[in-house]
Amino acid sequence: MIEMALFFAASCYGLALILDLWRIAQGPTAADRILALDTMVINVIALLVLYGIWRGTAIYFEAAMLIAMVGFVSTVAYCRYLLRGNIIE
Amino acid sequence: MDIIGEILISAALIVSGIFGFVGSFGLVRLRNTLQRLHAPTKATTLGVGGMLVASMIWFYVEKGQFSFHELLITMFLFLTAPITAHFIAKVYMVQHLRGDDLPPSGTGEGWSPYDDAPEDRRTP
Repeated sequence: MIEMALFFAASCYGLALILDLWRIAQGPTAADRILALDTMVINVIALLVLYGIWRGTAIYFEAAMLIAMVGFVSTVAYCRYLLRGNIIE
Repeated sequence: MDIIGEILISAALIVSGIFGFVGSFGLVRLRNTLQRLHAPTKATTLGVGGMLVASMIWFYVEKGQFSFHELLITMFLFLTAPITAHFIAKVYMVQHLRGDDLPPSGTGEGWSPYDDAPEDRRTP
């Protein structure tokens, strides 16, 4: 039963990543693209935790934590560059 | 493995998958940028949250020990999601709205992306 639920969740997040990619390619404004990229980071965190459950190891939590931090910093840096033309003033 | 634990893990995984898909589907489906800002918050809170609950129950059932890394990831995401949304909304405002179109801020000062910061009014 857990294998079927894992397969279902993985396919849901795969479809979600494809939809995010469509929004990145299509998105009329830069804010849409940043938002879709941030959503991709969130989906990849969930996929990493799911892969950790599937393989039965706890080593992927560190990778998920690092990706969460890097995704937040990159989103803030991109927004700040568009707002001020500079990242650290 | 305990059958109750298995049912709980499967339910959390399915709820997480559905909410993750709904978040990205709303990102494609909604019409306006500020409306689209609403949808991925479901993926952030309930999607990742359900996945982490499933992981905690799985490690407790399978290995017999609690793991608290998941709570760390959840707390970090809950802290950073409002800041990200605030910055994205500000980018949209600066690029697409003029300062004259906004209602007055009600504080005697302007809105922050368009006007400078007010003077420091603390009494010495």
